[in-house]
Amino acid sequence: MTVRELKEALGLTVFCAGNEDAEVTGGYCGDLLSWVMGRAEEGNVWLTIMSNQNVAAVAVMTDISCIVLTEGVKPDDALLSRCETEEINLLGTGLSTYQAAAELAKALAE
Amino acid sequence: MADIVFEYQVDGSDYHRAGEASRSTKSNLKKLGFPSDIIRRVGICMYEGEINMVIHADGGVAKVVIGLDDITIILKDKGPGIPNIDLAMQEGWSTADAQANDLGFGAGMGLPNMKRCSDEMNIDTVVGEGTTVTMKIKTK
Ligand SMILES: Nc1ncnc2c1ncn2[C@@H]1O[C@H](COP(=O)(O)OP(=O)(O)OP(=O)(O)O)[C@@H](O)[C@H]1O
Ligand SMILES: [Mg+2]
Repeated sequence: MTVRELKEALGLTVFCAGNEDAEVTGGYCGDLLSWVMGRAEEGNVWLTIMSNQNVAAVAVMTDISCIVLTEGVKPDDALLSRCETEEINLLGTGLSTYQAAAELAKALAE
Repeated sequence: MADIVFEYQVDGSDYHRAGEASRSTKSNLKKLGFPSDIIRRVGICMYEGEINMVIHADGGVAKVVIGLDDITIILKDKGPGIPNIDLAMQEGWSTADAQANDLGFGAGMGLPNMKRCSDEMNIDTVVGEGTTVTMKIKTK
């Protein structure tokens, strides 16, 4: 599944579009950045409620496929402009992190 | 062939913008054609170390030396030093302040991540003088 397909399957909001053809390899949920640095794998969808610009740096360092801000969280301006310059997929959903993860797992299983 | 060296001043005053040296290193390594798993490990090691210099030591100097067989990252600061390295290396140990916590730092996982993603890691620290963290990632 690509990021584009995931976006359509879950009806995600697009805050910033990067490479939407990137392959989704699974997911990781977390708000503490060093846990994400240590545990997220290349191509993962990162579900988080953190919305400051360090999130973009972590996305770049871990080679994840996209960030999904859950619980209706909106990115702050600095994060948004960071994602634009770095061409990072930054998406959003009103779902809780748990619900979004469950939907992601379902979409990946199909 | 001579080593390729990149050097960066890491500004300790801005928690938000931290990570510039690591981003730049990552893009340099991509241009040099290193495999993505090597670049990823260097990025994780360097970013964690760079953030530590910013949030714990008011910045410093980051140096990346690309040799024939390995990439060495040297992070040198004049911060407070680390009184107990064994404790600092434990998962979950952190002295990060509230400002760092608000941004998502302070889980106490940075040093363990650096250890795991590097082939060799050395911490040279003197309380009251500063810390130098050296990490090596083999490329052959
Ligand atoms: N360069 C440094 N100078 C002084 N103290 C440091 C330095 N690097 C790490 N430390 C100390 O070691 C502790 C553990 O570092 P570590 O990177 O593992 O966790 P953290 O930075 O607190 O949180 P995280 O990395 O998970 O965001 C820090 O809280 C700090 O007390
Ligand atoms: Mg740290």
